[in-house]
Amino acid sequence: MSSQIMIEANHLTKYYGDFPAITDVSFAAQKGEILGFLGPNAAGKTTTMRILTGYMPPSSGTASIAGYDVVSQSLEARRHVGYLPETVPLYTDMRVKDYLRFMGTIRGMQTKVIKRRIDEVVQLCHLEEYYVAYISKLSKGFRQRVGIAQAVFHEPDVLVLDEPTIGIDPIQVVETRQLIKGLGGERTILLSSHILPEVSMICQRVIIIHEGEIVAVDTPQSLAEHLEGTERVQLEITGPVSQVVRVLRGIPGVQDVSFTDTGDRHGTYAVISKRGSEMRANLAKAIVEQGWGLLRLEPLSLSLEEIFLRLTTTEEAK
Amino acid sequence: MRSILSIAYKELSVYFSSPMAYVISGVFLALTGVFFSDSVDQPFADASVRGLMRSTVFFIMPLIPPIMTMRLLAEEQKLGTLELLLTAPVRDYEVVIGKFLASFLILSATVLLTFFYVLILMYYSAPDMGPVLSGYLGLLLYCTTTLSIGLLASSLTGNQIVSATVGFGVILLFTFIGNLAAVVGGSAAVVLQHISLTGHFDPFARGVVDTGHILYYLVMTAAFLFLTIRSVESRRWR
Repeated sequence: MSSQIMIEANHLTKYYGDFPAITDVSFAAQKGEILGFLGPNAAGKTTTMRILTGYMPPSSGTASIAGYDVVSQSLEARRHVGYLPETVPLYTDMRVKDYLRFMGTIRGMQTKVIKRRIDEVVQLCHLEEYYVAYISKLSKGFRQRVGIAQAVFHEPDVLVLDEPTIGIDPIQVVETRQLIKGLGGERTILLSSHILPEVSMICQRVIIIHEGEIVAVDTPQSLAEHLEGTERVQLEITGPVSQVVRVLRGIPGVQDVSFTDTGDRHGTYAVISKRGSEMRANLAKAIVEQGWGLLRLEPLSLSLEEIFLRLTTTEEAK
Repeated sequence: MRSILSIAYKELSVYFSSPMAYVISGVFLALTGVFFSDSVDQPFADASVRGLMRSTVFFIMPLIPPIMTMRLLAEEQKLGTLELLLTAPVRDYEVVIGKFLASFLILSATVLLTFFYVLILMYYSAPDMGPVLSGYLGLLLYCTTTLSIGLLASSLTGNQIVSATVGFGVILLFTFIGNLAAVVGGSAAVVLQHISLTGHFDPFARGVVDTGHILYYLVMTAAFLFLTIRSVESRRWR
């Protein structure tokens, strides 16, 4: 696989009036990579995607698609992108095949190629029964497929899919995910979602964005290691905070200790350690040996969702 | 160029796949039919379509063009399809020109259908063809300007009713603005007379083809189309 960079964002910032929708967003995607774009609603996912697809320029920063700048070489960049906006906007008063043909012609495709591609994408997106139907008659799930069909219609190098599984029934969600996964390989896909398992299922790398800023970039595997490889224990201990933290850190297998002042006398400690190390016994022993009082010891499960919440919660003290 | 044509083609097919084209042409022809029979059913009627054209300009042109253009950009904004259209490799002006072209083709075809009345005149008498042909030229030019105003109105909003109403208001204003000239007087009166849509039409109906009047409609059309393109572009700096 070549290491060609197909999507590149450099310090993108976009203001709506005085409000910054995204601030200093930078990332890159290699050819063939499926990149997940994860964040809660209003995190700036759609804004970033609109900039990448050439719908609007950033307030500052640059972005390129397949090496073409999205502002100064906008038309060339747009030729290389297939885009599915979140709302799946379609001309409801057109038939599926006419719609696809129209999207082909405005992208400058030859009539012959359009004919071939209609057959291909109809098969790919399982639209055989509906391709002469008016779009207004289709269910949400089928409209989604038409939306994906138009996005891949001109065989773009880069696909930008904004929340492609939102608002469709669970069976169709599974089908859509499989479809997207199948589109990877040659194509570079940027997929946004606020559903974590979805992203970790489809994507090779995940960008987590919150309030317009990137808070983490990682592979789902290492996010999962974070999840499965560690366990968290919450403790309430009587004793001088700095000493307690030092002693807890000294116990073999402990990766991180954090202290939260809960306002009462003791406060709580969170200890993160390697999974399976049966840390609780060691912790209890160490604390008792120091002569402190162990008031509470509670194992906490840490799901990927919680990591996501942790990563995207501003109250989190680092 | 190909993008302009494919956008125009798509809009044309939407006009015809819905009742829109038929209803608009039907209403247009029914009303002009009334104007025509009224204009020839006078004691000293002359064999011309001047009365027909004057009524068309005053009563139909403020109404039909903004109705034809009201959905062209407003609906795209409402449905969100504008986002997909503008992220395809087409320039903003190609979108605007393509849509303008589609509406102009339908309206001009409808206008030319009224030539049937001229054929009736020719059957019963010998109308002077000079003013008839120059009148049709003027009418087609009139269509371009009113449609471009309607298209601008459509680009400003996602609401089709608002779009049609604004378009109607602006065209009506330009239709009767010449009447204000008598009220204000002075050099302002001259300006008002010059920007009046109808003031430039009368010479065409009388058989005078003056490049100044042709230029007026072309410049007005270009100006409103330019504003429409800027309005579509405005998402970039909004």
